[in-house]
Amino acid sequence: MARITAGVGSSHVPLLGVAVDQGKSNDDYFGPIFAGYEWTRQWEKEQKPDVIILVYNDHASAFDMKIVPTFAIGCGESYKPADEGWGPRQVPDVEGHPDLAWHIAQSLILDEFDMTIINEMDVDHGLTVPLSMMFGQPEQWTAKVIPLAVNVVTYPVPSGNRCWALGEAIKRAVESFPEDLNVQIWGTGGMSHQLQGKRAGLLNRAWDNKFLDLLIGETDEARWIPHIEYLRETGSEGIEMVMWLIMRGALGDKTRMLHRHYHIPCSNTAIGHIVLEPVEQETVPA
Amino acid sequence: MTIDKGKPDARPRDIHEYLAEFDDIPGTRVYTAARARKGYHINQFAMSLMKAENRERFKANERAYLDEWKISEEAKQALLARDYNTLLDMGGNIYFLSKLFSSDGLPFAEAVSTMTDLTWPEYRQMMLDGGRSPEGNRSIKENLAAAARAQETGKDN
Repeated sequence: MARITAGVGSSHVPLLGVAVDQGKSNDDYFGPIFAGYEWTRQWEKEQKPDVIILVYNDHASAFDMKIVPTFAIGCGESYKPADEGWGPRQVPDVEGHPDLAWHIAQSLILDEFDMTIINEMDVDHGLTVPLSMMFGQPEQWTAKVIPLAVNVVTYPVPSGNRCWALGEAIKRAVESFPEDLNVQIWGTGGMSHQLQGKRAGLLNRAWDNKFLDLLIGETDEARWIPHIEYLRETGSEGIEMVMWLIMRGALGDKTRMLHRHYHIPCSNTAIGHIVLEPVEQETVPA
Repeated sequence: MTIDKGKPDARPRDIHEYLAEFDDIPGTRVYTAARARKGYHINQFAMSLMKAENRERFKANERAYLDEWKISEEAKQALLARDYNTLLDMGGNIYFLSKLFSSDGLPFAEAVSTMTDLTWPEYRQMMLDGGRSPEGNRSIKENLAAAARAQETGKDN
């Protein structure tokens, strides 16, 4: 049986990819950001996940305004890094896991989540930056990846509650896949940031850390945070944090925190990172 | 569903109320369906710059390239001037517009700073100092009420 063994939350700021690609990750600006990921890079080497369900948002790369899917799952064999206006990142192609991806897609649709299925697309920094942060610069990515793209750009975006429930359904889907696979789920994006208008540059350390707190343990309070609160408190792009709730929902009723990191700033953005594992509740014998 | 367990139901009951709240956020244009419709061709133009050959054609003659698109003259002027606040008003979205400033070779944060009241060095320093505070930046109505209260207090003194 396949199992979700851990959840990872991480920002996916494009500048982090630039720092990796240009060898700047130890300088004064980026050093403190990358230091907070060292624990995770070591841990991932030990965990050796077979598959990562990588929840991210496309930033007008694979999808333009022609088609705006709310939830889309990549069922393809592989994905190339997107050209986002300055040429594609020089990182390995991302290998998919079509067997598990199609299984999840079918299960989710039967579970009343009407997913959009993607067979071919390019993946942008939203997906490749977290891979670089967690795995460094390998010749090939060591895990297969199932991209799960969420619309967090065109409103209304999905509610926190819907994202959490999708995570719960993903957990059920993974656990009904017969092959033994070590599966992680990553929620990416955030934390507080606003990239537009006169209010650009807004950051909210207190709110971000409250959000991180709410991912730990038994509380499910975070699923009820309304969009307007993200917008007011964390900037117009802070809404990306609803994607972390898909990750959290997929970890079941209770989590334990293994690692946590927060840093301000990276470009326009507050960097947040958390590693969680599910805590299996003891079932009461009938 | 968890709702049945007595949890609050966070679903917005009224789409008009849901959308109206977005207009109460200072210095922010939420990318609503209305803006997405209005700015469709601006955003699709920006999207086209993801292809290297299109970037070259655009750079060779910006005006001629823009004339290939169903974009208003005002929007064309704003695009030529890289006036991002005006483009946001016209339904441009920052992730699409970023293809334009990336084509210009401008770092993301520097391009973002042009939409604020700060110069790029001032903006960069603000970010290093912890970013823009949410205090006084949450609600236009709250800010107006606070200003009115301050004026009242001023009269009393």
